[in-house]
Amino acid sequence: MSALKRTPLYELHRRLGARMIEFGGFELPLQYSSIREEHAAVREAAGLFDVSHMGQFEFEGLAAIAAADPLASRSVAALEPGRALYALLCNEKGGVVDDILCYRVAEAHAFWCVNASNIEKDWSWLRAHVPSSVSGIRDASAERGLLALQGPASASILERLSSPAVRALRRFRCARMDVAGCSALVSRTGYTGVDGFELYARHGDLARMFEALLADGSSFGLRPAGLGARDTLRLEAALPLYGHELDEDTSPLAAGLERFLDLGAHRFIGADAIASAREAGVAQRLVGFVLEERGVARAGCAVLDAGKPVGKVTSGAPSPTLGKSIGLAYVPTEMARPGGMIQVAVRDRALRARVVETPFV
Amino acid sequence: MGQKVEDNLDFEIPDDLLYTSDDEWVSAEDGCVTVGVTDFAQQQLGDIVYVELPSVGDHFAEGAAFGVIESVKAVSDLNAPIAGEVIAVNDELVNQPETINEECYGDGWIIKLRPSEEDALDGLLDADSYRKIVSERSA
Repeated sequence: MSALKRTPLYELHRRLGARMIEFGGFELPLQYSSIREEHAAVREAAGLFDVSHMGQFEFEGLAAIAAADPLASRSVAALEPGRALYALLCNEKGGVVDDILCYRVAEAHAFWCVNASNIEKDWSWLRAHVPSSVSGIRDASAERGLLALQGPASASILERLSSPAVRALRRFRCARMDVAGCSALVSRTGYTGVDGFELYARHGDLARMFEALLADGSSFGLRPAGLGARDTLRLEAALPLYGHELDEDTSPLAAGLERFLDLGAHRFIGADAIASAREAGVAQRLVGFVLEERGVARAGCAVLDAGKPVGKVTSGAPSPTLGKSIGLAYVPTEMARPGGMIQVAVRDRALRARVVETPFV
Repeated sequence: MGQKVEDNLDFEIPDDLLYTSDDEWVSAEDGCVTVGVTDFAQQQLGDIVYVELPSVGDHFAEGAAFGVIESVKAVSDLNAPIAGEVIAVNDELVNQPETINEECYGDGWIIKLRPSEEDALDGLLDADSYRKIVSERSA
């Protein structure tokens, strides 16, 4: 295995007492103090995450934007400047190559934020599907990072270091702003299910922004938060994680992501296969469940019906907000109705779980 | 996740206890042995949310998994530091597993065993040896 990569904030994380783990080929903070405390901070005040491991692909010029458009499940070419959207990159058989955020920064400037573990794969996928004559497409992952400021106090914290304009920025809108004197693309997006902002900036500016936000935000209850809290928050919000809920063999229809597929006028790779699959009906559906017994169901646990495995848990953790164990699982479509009971195999026990509506919180 | 020690971890290793390389502590008195996990282990695990305990009367071989401890992020087997019979389990942990985070050497004890063999404690580590093992993991 090759050496782990580090974000420009690695030393700062260590000084803040972070415990580091491997994720997507990077060495990143798991937690600074406690996952529960950081989770609660994001729900009640705010948390600051370094998610600079995420990849960033740039599209400069209308030709570049148009050339990449058939790869994403929703059209970026048709998106107004200043807006962002969540989309899937699908393969020809209708599986998921990656799930991404697409930004139309300006008329002639778009970019994708992709999962760290998929940067190389996505880049190859992009190069293989865009004619080499098209210029203006660039992998900027090694130059730019990403901070996520998440939680109800986020706007109050950010406006002090940028401008009151952040308050007016609506969900899935983006604008270029100065944050702590550094130029950043600010978007009202996130991966926590809570209000917040994502700040895209040059590597050299990240430490200054991170430290300024922490210093200024501490009076609002802001604290640094790691991947542990990021995972429990996204799970409570039932947001999919690539490699868990999504992969190349899983249909976005099964994952419940149909609203992020433009199956009308936008002709994207995989649309035909997905349309056929929709016609035929999917055999499995992703559901949320709450354990009704003590224990923790983790990714990989089997879902049982009359003792036989019929599905699989893709993510699971104790929910800090609910105080119960929750999870996401693929189950046969006929078992996917909220309110129904399933069983989850945890080691040598079959635990009762109830299928529930998501998000959990 | 590897057992890599971070520079900024600061943990307690009381001199009057015995240890295993699996990060359990053992305290012996009156022919009975109390078992828990070390401060290092509870810090590595983070917020502990669930403990699966054996039943009184269960027998375990040395090194056998007698239970499971889960934190928000990780799951780890609890291994019997010595061969023996379970004579008590800390039921309080079922409702308050976080006691292990708070007082791993006190109220956070996990089980009590009656050793099967008289020289059962001979293979365990003293505090200095355990300290050395933990610090070597950072190398």
